[in-house]
Amino acid sequence: MNNYLISSNLAISDNGFLFMSSTGETFTVNEIGKHILNEMKNRTDIEKIREKILEEYEVSEQILEKDLNDFLNQLNTYKLVEEI
Amino acid sequence: MNKKNYERPIITKQQSGFMNKFGASTLNLPKTEIDGVNVSDLANEYSSPLFVISEKKIRETQRNALRIFKTRYPKVQFAWSYKTNYLNAVCSVFHQEGSWAEVVSEFEYDRARKLGISGEHIFFNGPHKSDDSLTKAINDGAKIHIDHFDELYQIIELTNKLDKKANVAIRVNLDVGIYPKWDRFGFNYENGEAAQALKRISVTDKLNLIGLHMHIGTYMMSSEAYKIGVSKLVALANDLHQQNGTVLEYIDIGGGFPSNNTLKGQYLPAEQILPTLEQYADAITSSLFELKYPGNELPTLVLETGRALIDDAGSLISKVLATKRLSDGKRALIFDAGVNLLFTSFWYKHTISPAQQTGLYTENSKIFGPLCMNIDCLNENITLPTLKKNDLVVINRVGAYNMTQWMQFITLRPNVVMIMEDQSVELIREGEDLEYIMMKEKLPEKLKKL
Ligand SMILES: Cc1ncc(COP(=O)(O)O)c(C=O)c1O
Repeated sequence: MNNYLISSNLAISDNGFLFMSSTGETFTVNEIGKHILNEMKNRTDIEKIREKILEEYEVSEQILEKDLNDFLNQLNTYKLVEEI
Repeated sequence: MNKKNYERPIITKQQSGFMNKFGASTLNLPKTEIDGVNVSDLANEYSSPLFVISEKKIRETQRNALRIFKTRYPKVQFAWSYKTNYLNAVCSVFHQEGSWAEVVSEFEYDRARKLGISGEHIFFNGPHKSDDSLTKAINDGAKIHIDHFDELYQIIELTNKLDKKANVAIRVNLDVGIYPKWDRFGFNYENGEAAQALKRISVTDKLNLIGLHMHIGTYMMSSEAYKIGVSKLVALANDLHQQNGTVLEYIDIGGGFPSNNTLKGQYLPAEQILPTLEQYADAITSSLFELKYPGNELPTLVLETGRALIDDAGSLISKVLATKRLSDGKRALIFDAGVNLLFTSFWYKHTISPAQQTGLYTENSKIFGPLCMNIDCLNENITLPTLKKNDLVVINRVGAYNMTQWMQFITLRPNVVMIMEDQSVELIREGEDLEYIMMKEKLPEKLKKL
C-alpha cells in the first residue's frame, strides 16, 4: 500500500472531530477512522496499521484492504494527506 | 483472543449551514425481526429479495379504520381496492374482515369472483369495461360504476339484450379545491354532466340507480377536500330524492387517504403533517348528515381505501450487493432489489432499516438497485449506518401498489411470504423462474435452428 503523510494542520479531537486549521474545514470520523489517523500522526506505516487492525478486529484481509484504500482516497480527496 | 467488532473507517465532511446528522438516528434503528420472525432467517429460507406481509398488521389496520368510521356513522362498508394489492392471500384477509371488493378491470373482477366474492359485493369501477365483463357483472348483480356516456349507452344496450336489470351508480368528478383536478374519470359535477347522466338513468327502467361514487385522488393530504366532495354528492342525492323520490343505497367516497410513507418532496416525515384518519372520518361523516331522506334513513357509506390499509403491512427484505464510492466522493450502495420491485420509490422516501446491529456512525448514501439501467435508483440521499456486502436491510411500508405494479424486467420477481398471526410463515406467491416467464412465448420454427 502507498504511504501517506498527514497534514500538520489537521487537529484530531478525542471524540473524532477533525479541524483543518489551514482551511477552516471540519470533519467527523468514526472510532476506527480516528484510530487510523492517530497512528498516521505518529508516522506509523500504513502497512503496519493494516496488520494491527487485522489482529485486533474481526475483519477479513480483503474487506480491510478495500475499506482502507477507500478511506485513504477520501483523505486524499479532502486534501488531509499527501502521498509520499 | 476475542477480536473487536469491525466497522469500516469513515470520514464525513461537515457542511456548514445544516447539521449532517439531523433526524437521522431514529430513522435507522435496526429491524432484526418482522412480527417476531428473524429477518436473516427469512432471507436464508426464502432468499433475498423477499416481500414480507404481516397478516396481523392488515387486520389491525382494517379493524382500526372500521372502528373509526363506525363510531361516527351507523352504516359503513369497506371494499378492498384490488389494484393496491391483489395477491389472493392479501385480498382474503380483507374479505375475512368483512370488506367487499373494488375492482377496475375484468381481470380483477374475475379474481374477486374466483376468491368467492359474490357479484353483489363487487364494485366495478374504471373507464374500460368490455361487453363480456359487463355481461358478467349484470348477470352477477354486481354494482357497476359508470364512467362515461358511451359506457352508459353500452350498458343500456346490454340490459336490453340480456333482458336483465343492472345495478348502477355513476362516478362523479368534482372540484374539491385541490390541484390537479381529477376530471378524467366519471361525470363532472360543476358543469351539470353528472345530473344529466342521473336523469338519463332514471328514465331507463332496466337500470337500478343505487349509488353515487367519487374518488378524488390518491395520497390526499387534506380532509377538507373530502368534506367538499361528499357535500356535492349529498347535494346530488338530495336533488334526486326531490325530483323522483330515489333513495340511494350507498354513497361511495373512494379511496385516497395517505399512508405513513413520506413523499419525495416532503421535508417533514408524514406522521407529522398528515391529518389523522379520525379527521378524515369527521369531515366525511359531517357532510353525509346533510342528507335529507325521509325518516332519517341513511345510505351506506362505502370506502375503497387502498394504500392507507396495506402500506404498513408490507416490507421488502433486500441484500447489500456492494458498496461503492461515486466520483464526487459520495457513498453508494447496491441492493438486490431495485425499481423493478419497488415502483413506489418514484414517489416515496421509503425508510430503510438495517437488519443487523450496526455502529452508531452514519453516512449519506445513494441507493441503487441491481438493474443495469440508470433509472434504477431507490434513494438519492439517505442517511444510513455503515453497511457492507451481504448485510440485509428492510425497506419499510411497501405493501401498496408494489406487488401489483412490479415489473418483470431484467430479473425475476421474488417470493412473497405472509407472516401469519401465530408467527408461522406461509409462502403466498412463489418467486418466478425462467420456465414460468417463457411459458407463454412461442419461437417460430424457422428461428429455432442457430
Ligand atoms: C376508483 C378507485 N378507488 C380506490 C382507489 C384506492 O386508492 P388509495 O390507494 O389512494 O386509497 C383507487 C386508486 O387509485 C381508485 O382508482
